[in-house]
Amino acid sequence: MLLKGGRIVDPASGRDGIADLRIAAGKIAEIGEDLKAKDKEEVLDLAGKVVCPGFLDMHVHLREPGQEWKETVESGTRAAAAGGFTGVACMPNTHPVNDNRSVTELIVAQARLRGAVAVHPIGCVSKGQEGKELAEMGDMVDAGAVAFSDDGKPVATAQMMRRALEYSKIFGVPIIDHCEEPTLVDGGVIHEGPVSLRMGLKGWPGVAEDVMVMRDILLAEYTGGHVHIAHMSTGRSALFVREGKKRGIKVTCEVTPHHLFLTQEAVAGYDTDAKMNPPLRPDQDRMALLEALANGTVDAIATDHAPHHADEKCVEFSMAPFGIVGLETAVSLCLDGLVHGNVIPLPRLVALFTTGPAGVLHLDKGTLAPGKDADITVLDLDREVTVEASQFKSKSHNTPFKGLKLKGAPILTVVGGKVIHDAR
Amino acid sequence: MNLKSRHLLGIAGLTSEEITLILDTAEAFAQISTREIKRVPTLRGKTVINFFVEPSTRTRSSFEVAEKRLSADSLNFTASASSLVKGETLLDTARNLEAMAPDFIVIRHSQPGAPHFLARHCRSAIVNAGDGAHEHPTQALLDAFTIRQHKKRLEGLRVAIVGDILHSRVARSNVLLLRTMGAEVTLCAPPTLMPRDVATLGARTTYHIDEAVEGAHVIMMLRIQLERMQSGFFPSLREYAQLYGLDDRRLALAARDAIVMHPGPINRGVEIMGDVADGNASVILEQVSNGVAARMAVLYLLAGGGEDAA
Repeated sequence: MLLKGGRIVDPASGRDGIADLRIAAGKIAEIGEDLKAKDKEEVLDLAGKVVCPGFLDMHVHLREPGQEWKETVESGTRAAAAGGFTGVACMPNTHPVNDNRSVTELIVAQARLRGAVAVHPIGCVSKGQEGKELAEMGDMVDAGAVAFSDDGKPVATAQMMRRALEYSKIFGVPIIDHCEEPTLVDGGVIHEGPVSLRMGLKGWPGVAEDVMVMRDILLAEYTGGHVHIAHMSTGRSALFVREGKKRGIKVTCEVTPHHLFLTQEAVAGYDTDAKMNPPLRPDQDRMALLEALANGTVDAIATDHAPHHADEKCVEFSMAPFGIVGLETAVSLCLDGLVHGNVIPLPRLVALFTTGPAGVLHLDKGTLAPGKDADITVLDLDREVTVEASQFKSKSHNTPFKGLKLKGAPILTVVGGKVIHDAR
Repeated sequence: MNLKSRHLLGIAGLTSEEITLILDTAEAFAQISTREIKRVPTLRGKTVINFFVEPSTRTRSSFEVAEKRLSADSLNFTASASSLVKGETLLDTARNLEAMAPDFIVIRHSQPGAPHFLARHCRSAIVNAGDGAHEHPTQALLDAFTIRQHKKRLEGLRVAIVGDILHSRVARSNVLLLRTMGAEVTLCAPPTLMPRDVATLGARTTYHIDEAVEGAHVIMMLRIQLERMQSGFFPSLREYAQLYGLDDRRLALAARDAIVMHPGPINRGVEIMGDVADGNASVILEQVSNGVAARMAVLYLLAGGGEDAA
């Protein structure tokens, strides 16, 4: 297959220019100017479009096994494909949790049978996600796990975090931490601030994240392990990560589109589709996260795609589950808000979806170098789209972005040389 | 004139004109409670469901009396008797209530925003009778009514609210109402029970009750709950009483003819000393009487009564 005339943006090689790209046998074959189509070769005219390495979402919840009414490996990966992602890393808080080889294998097998995109399982740090004993990381790595996390909860104790950071060094994989100091969060449901005060809702203060981020960075320094901060939501956390990186500590981080584009005000009217963990923060945190994207502190944009059934969200605010879906809105939100909004240039955005997450997870992905898997995301920077939750491929529609008009969209997703989503 | 919203979900969103309208209307209804026949036909044929998902005796009784004096048909649907304890969702329960075609649902719920949830999903007019730590609008209205009876105005008054501000819906609704009406409000609590961003509500704050009550025209004391001590907000009821209890010495710092209020139920000897609660400055029982008139006014106006008067 020949992709002709697109602007190729490949942060790994620094390439940014119009060229043709040939795919053969599921791999990138060559990139060059005026490549001629071979006999019977399919040619896609991508003039005016942007051809990127396949986007990777390193933080999603596929809900399988155990909560298939919310999402499955099949529906979640189809949502990913529609959203421009060629790969996802899925969190282990399933039922049962992914804390041993058999669950990891189940996810890998489902992905092979029914998955539209590559699925990289993340295993639990601790058995049962209980924060008491280490899970069998070696066995899970052997089955395909790429990182470990007790996501949904923080790694419970400093001692468990220390052990996890040490033990994971055998495999060279990161420990991904959901940073909240539980006694400070203490049942909080939205950011502690003027909005929680006015709404009478229990507050979840930003400092509860900061304390945990600092703990983790100090332990990463002490142990030499690699900690990755999931869904970073505060300016102070970003500052700590930046300082940690300067000191050469193995700390990386991700931010979500919703923390980049929404603030605590979005929950007004008790909208449970704006309830997520960590909660939406004040505008000064949001601005600090945008700054952290621009100055290189942030390694990846990840969605924390968290599907929930409408019935589960249609309850009293404090009783609704945390989380929103993100796979099918992330790329348009970022093109509109970050690229057209002049926060970062396009190649930097592409890096945050490709080389960034691939680097954190040590995946041989995220580049268009010849010989690599032909995982490709094609963007149309000018395409105007409206967020229509009812059209989502995901089983769940819990998004606060309903009805939003955005400029820029993923229009073609190629995995292993096969077109799996085509919205040209 | 009438109220803009068909629900009363909170003081937030009410204008000073609307608040004045409710208070003036309550004035008229207060007369009815002094008559020998304490009933008017205003809401005849209307159905009110008192949907109380959190225990409450005084607020529910007050609404019930108000409804009966307006000749409404009212029924009580309480948590212990309801299917909510059997795991039915609030939405399903609300749909079942709606199927009985009530005109009003008066809701008390432990979750902030539960009345707003009902307002989104129901055709009935919703009256918030207290939702978690959010709002308790009829309490603020009856408090304002009581203050106005004694002080003839709200604007320019100095009001001290003392106690567990953090968890208090009474404090939130009162601050919103009093600020809208131009009163000066000072909130007083230990720092652990004072919301961090309280300045955004336009109230002054202090950690010292003597500062709060000094020169105050109105002192509102809030109930302190034992469970707050158990969760580590303060060390003991004894120390709380020493630091924040209203006694005669502190009351003497207030303006001459200051009134002392409390939404009840009171903890004698903790936030308020018995001789203050029973003393000349106390209007605590008047608040209870006025609650009926204020709630009558709210139901009357939400039913569209203000249009007749106009």
